[in-house]
Amino acid sequence: MVKEIERAGIPVVHICTVTPISLTVGANRIVPAVAIPHPLGNPKLSRGEEKTLRRKIVQTALKALSTEVSDQTIFEVD
Amino acid sequence: MNKIKVVHYINQFFAQIGGEEMAHVPPEWRDGPVGPGLALGAAFGEEAQIIGTVICGDSYFNENVEQALDTILEMVRQHQPDLLIAGPAFNAGRYGVACGTVAKAAQDKLGVKAVTGMYVENPGADMFAQDVYIISTRNSAAGMRDAVSRMVPLAKKLVKGETIGASAQEGYLPRGVRVNLFEKERGSKRAVDMLVKKLKDQPFETEYPMPNFDRVAPQPAVQNINQAKVALVTSGGIVPFGNPDRIESSNASRYGRYDIDGLMDLEEGKWATAHGGYDPSYANQDADRVLPVDVMRELEMEGKIGSLFHFTYSTVGNGTAVKSSKAFAEDFVKELIQENVQAVILTST
Repeated sequence: MVKEIERAGIPVVHICTVTPISLTVGANRIVPAVAIPHPLGNPKLSRGEEKTLRRKIVQTALKALSTEVSDQTIFEVD
Repeated sequence: MNKIKVVHYINQFFAQIGGEEMAHVPPEWRDGPVGPGLALGAAFGEEAQIIGTVICGDSYFNENVEQALDTILEMVRQHQPDLLIAGPAFNAGRYGVACGTVAKAAQDKLGVKAVTGMYVENPGADMFAQDVYIISTRNSAAGMRDAVSRMVPLAKKLVKGETIGASAQEGYLPRGVRVNLFEKERGSKRAVDMLVKKLKDQPFETEYPMPNFDRVAPQPAVQNINQAKVALVTSGGIVPFGNPDRIESSNASRYGRYDIDGLMDLEEGKWATAHGGYDPSYANQDADRVLPVDVMRELEMEGKIGSLFHFTYSTVGNGTAVKSSKAFAEDFVKELIQENVQAVILTST
C-alpha cells in the first residue's frame, strides 16, 4: 500500500514495528514503532506517558515527511 | 505391462529442419523419435516408446495458434499416446509458449498426460506453470541431459498415477499448489538449522520464498507540513466496533473507509481491530495505539499539521496477498488525490 500511495504521487511515511519488512517491501520513509500489538503505544506506561510517546513517534513521522530522501531512510524516534 | 506410448513435440530447430529461416514451417508428423527424442527414448529404456514426433515451426505456431493447435491435436489424437512430452524449450520464448500450449491442450482436451521443460524466465513458464508440469531447465540446450534426467522420471510417475512430490524434489516449476504433509523434523528445529547454515554462509533452502518486490522512487518532501492535509492509513485492522465491512482477520480481500471527522480519540468499545495476526487486547483497549487519531487531532488543533483528512483507510495486513494490498491502495489513493491530501502516515503492526 505504501508503494502505491507513493507511486500515485503522495509522500508517505511508514510507521512500523518490523522495519526489515518495510525495507524489503520498499517504503522510502520509515519510522520504527514500539511493538507489534501496540506500534504506537505502550500499555505499561500511564495513559499520559503513553500519549507523549505516541506523539513523539507521530512527530518523527511528520519530520520524515518534511525531509528530502533519495533512498530508503529510517528515521529513529529521539 | 504394455510400453508407455509417447508423442514428442519439438520445433523446427531441434528437428534439424533449420533455424529462424525455417520457423514458418507448419506442423508435420514423423514416426519414431527425432533429435532430442533419441535421448528421451534412451532415458525411458524398455518402459516407453516414442511412437512419433510432431514438429512445428515456432513462428508458424505463434502466428497461427488455433490452426496449428487443431492440426497438432489431431495428429496426437490419431496416435492415442499415454503421454506427451514437449520440448524442453530452455529459454526459447516462442518455443516455450508452444510447448506450454500443446502440453496444456493435450492434457485438457485429450486427457493425455503431459510434461514439458523450460528455463524459469521463459515467458511460457509464467503462462503455463500453474497448468502443466514444467521441469525447470538451464537456459540453453547445453542443459539437455539434465532436463531429460528429470522429465523422464516425472513423466513415468504421471502416467502410472504415482504420487508427485513437491516441486523442489521433482524439479518442476512451482505450480502454486499447497499440499499438507508431515515433515520429519518439527518447525523450530528446521528454522534453527536454517539459521545456523545462514550464519555459516552455507547454502540453505527457504520453505517460504519471498515474492519479488518492485521499487518506487521517493516523493519530494512536504514543504509546509503545518499547512498540509494528512491522511491516516493502516494495515493494523482498526475498524469500528463490530467490523461492519467484515474485513477478514487474515488474507483480507477488502479494506474499509471510515469517517473520523471530529473524532478526538478512538474509544474502547467503539473501535477495535479485525487483525488476526497479533494479540488484539491492546488495540481493542485503545485503537489509537495502532491508528493515532488522538495525537493527530491534537497536532491539528495546535497547527502542527494543516488538517487531518476526515477518512481513514484500514485493512488487515496478515498473510494478505501483495496483489490485494496493491489493489486496495490503487483504489483509495484516487480519493486521496481528488481530495488534495498532501501526505500519508501509514501504520503497520
